[in-house]
Amino acid sequence: MELTTVWFCLIAVLWIGYFVLEGFDFGVGMLLPVLARDDRERRVMINTIGPVWDGNEVWLLTAGGATFAAFPEWYATLFSGFYLPLFLILIALIVRGVAFEYRHQRPSATWAGWWDRAVIFGSYVPALLWGVAFANIVRGVPIDGDFEFTGTILTLLNPYGLLGGLVTLSLFVTHGALFIALKTDGEIRGRARALALKVGVVAAVLAVVFLVWTQVLTGSAATAVIFVLAALALVGGLGAAYVGREGLAFAGTFLAIGLAVAGLFVGLFPDVMPSTTDVANSLTTTNASATPYTLKLMTIVAAVFTPIVVGYQAWTYWIFRKRISIHHIPAAH
Amino acid sequence: MTAVDSVLELARWQFGIVTVYHFLFVPLTVGLTMLVAVLETIWLRTKNPEWLRLTKFFSKLFLINFALGVVTGIVQEFQFGMTWSDYSRFVGDVFGAPLAIEALLAFFLESTFLGLWIFGWDKLPRALHNACMWIVHLGTLASSWFILAANSWMQHPVGYKFNEVTGRAELTDFWAVMFNKVQLGTFPHVILAAYLTSAAFMLGILGWLYLRRPGLDGADRPMHRRGMVLAAWIMVVSGLGVAISGDVQGKIMTEVQPMKMAAAEALWETSDSCAPFSVLTIGTRDGKHEKWALEVPCVLSFLGTGTFDGKVEGIYDLQEKYRATYGATPGETYYSPGDYTPNIPVTYWTFRWMMGLGVVGGLVGLAVLWLTRRGRTPTGFVGRVLPALAISAPVMVLLGNSMGWIFTEMGRQPWVVFGVLTTAQGVSPGVEPWEVWMSLLGFTLLYAVLAVIEVGLLMKYVKKAPDPFVEPPSPSLRGSESDADEPMNFAY
Repeated sequence: MELTTVWFCLIAVLWIGYFVLEGFDFGVGMLLPVLARDDRERRVMINTIGPVWDGNEVWLLTAGGATFAAFPEWYATLFSGFYLPLFLILIALIVRGVAFEYRHQRPSATWAGWWDRAVIFGSYVPALLWGVAFANIVRGVPIDGDFEFTGTILTLLNPYGLLGGLVTLSLFVTHGALFIALKTDGEIRGRARALALKVGVVAAVLAVVFLVWTQVLTGSAATAVIFVLAALALVGGLGAAYVGREGLAFAGTFLAIGLAVAGLFVGLFPDVMPSTTDVANSLTTTNASATPYTLKLMTIVAAVFTPIVVGYQAWTYWIFRKRISIHHIPAAH
Repeated sequence: MTAVDSVLELARWQFGIVTVYHFLFVPLTVGLTMLVAVLETIWLRTKNPEWLRLTKFFSKLFLINFALGVVTGIVQEFQFGMTWSDYSRFVGDVFGAPLAIEALLAFFLESTFLGLWIFGWDKLPRALHNACMWIVHLGTLASSWFILAANSWMQHPVGYKFNEVTGRAELTDFWAVMFNKVQLGTFPHVILAAYLTSAAFMLGILGWLYLRRPGLDGADRPMHRRGMVLAAWIMVVSGLGVAISGDVQGKIMTEVQPMKMAAAEALWETSDSCAPFSVLTIGTRDGKHEKWALEVPCVLSFLGTGTFDGKVEGIYDLQEKYRATYGATPGETYYSPGDYTPNIPVTYWTFRWMMGLGVVGGLVGLAVLWLTRRGRTPTGFVGRVLPALAISAPVMVLLGNSMGWIFTEMGRQPWVVFGVLTTAQGVSPGVEPWEVWMSLLGFTLLYAVLAVIEVGLLMKYVKKAPDPFVEPPSPSLRGSESDADEPMNFAY
């Protein structure tokens, strides 16, 4: 396989890792005002992701860094072209990260309330905007001969892009609700499961429309198979939730999100950022890539360290495998 | 002013603001992970409860800092593509690799093992728990290595070739980039400065508690004192290291970026031997016509070359030389054509403030060691002044760090990659001024609000002083079901 193809796959893996992992912690954040009845339950929710959210977010940083190294032109066009959405995502991730750390530092309801707003805002914005951004990458955006994005923010707010945003938003809410159901005990566990089913049906409908639309836009036989598997995983997951198999249900949304993102990347290949202005201006794995020397070096580093990273992250999830309920939450400072 | 010009101005201000702000937290993170790991190790070795209390106290303060360091770090990675897309296209092949490796090797390590450390008191055996913080510290060192190698490449590009066809820099020798001679001077300088910063932070807080609040809990005074003296020792040793590594850096800089050295000194005319070191100058704004100056003879020659009669090139001569080498075009959009001189007042003063603040801050450590020698307690006037002095040490060192970075980045101008790409050539061509205005204001306002909140929290916990000792659980990895319903040892 060409090294550029290897790196296209690796970057796809990093984004898949990011969406399946941070997807549920965005979901937990968005559901904070919905699932929790009081401060103690809100703390139960936040503590389910407490030890892991930061590690989940590093998948984004690694995806960004890997794109910079392996496909500098893609990184440059994408990040400067999607300036405003990325600015909003950055603001959201900043206030969200600080909120987790600072929320419990003062025993005041007003204080905690403001940080809750930060968590909610900080989870909704990226959950929506990553979907809009990815849908637009797949759909293609106006790019000129110098590989510069020539559209505006309104270019990105097309129906397909907005639908993509709603799909990630609703999938992440479902994913997060199932994570809460899997990781907590007590009343909140049942509430989370019930909500996952309700939102899950909406997410499934939106996702199927989006995936069919995507299939029409960029599809091949391979993407069709992947999208069907993704849909089956989602439906299977919801079925498992219905009969009370929370672990299986979470595995279902985990797989569904992973497969859907994989399908988007398969549909994209060999482009990395198609141009709607002129096909000749499309960024591809070949014309956007770094040199073979850099790619080879990075391949060695990735081959050695990715398994190690996955290993110790999995170990962390195992260490913190116990369910949390309200009586595990110590009194506030 | 054309559109590109104002995007360039705004993008530079934005980069400066978010980077200087981010780097307030970085040295504290690098240094405090080391200090917290040391404190926990001492506790495990001595079983003296005081060290555990200090571990918990400083880890709380550390986490308040770390949160801001992490979230502002995301901006760092994104803004290369957002506001400096042409720079990213040009250097991606060389500069992207250390960034990606940094994320894969270091960020995952830091975030995952810090999560384990924070929430793992009742999950991990004690030695393994302590090992987690040491691993986090290793992660911070690895992170520093890669990002400083990337920066060193911008100061002194090596291990690459320029591809005429694509118009990009291409990596040819990764190890040359990793062991760039600028990197070999910069890494120890930055890491030792981080140790100095965090030790000053510890000394400032414990010094203040020790002398200012003896009534808080008289029984805790020996603990505050012991921690303060430990911090003072680390300050003195790392401070000495900062000075030595800075000297090495100065000599490398004179060799590879002579203009930066000349700009640091506002040395307009070449000095063939025995160049004086200027301590202070009063002059016109451009620094060209000094009215009064305090100079120490021959010291600049020594700083730059290692001998007291070494030749140090001046700005005028270097300017001519650079014009001959690089032509008149590169500087044209931002600087006047052919102008290869950085902003002299900025480089001159930041260089002085960096050294002055670092030295004075470091000397506070020495003063504390002297005043507390052989069991002495500072009383009277000294006892009253010392708390203020102690608490100002971390402020001085932090400002010194900022000055150092402003100097080294401004001293490289008009280049973004020295001798290869100008800053003006690196800016994003497709981004609109209003977009950068928005992000510049947005980040600045948000950062200002977060700074106020952060300082407020730090002050709250400093005033509370270390919590009383509570024996932490001593779990085994297999875990036991009997403690399943205990409240968590730590929770958000």
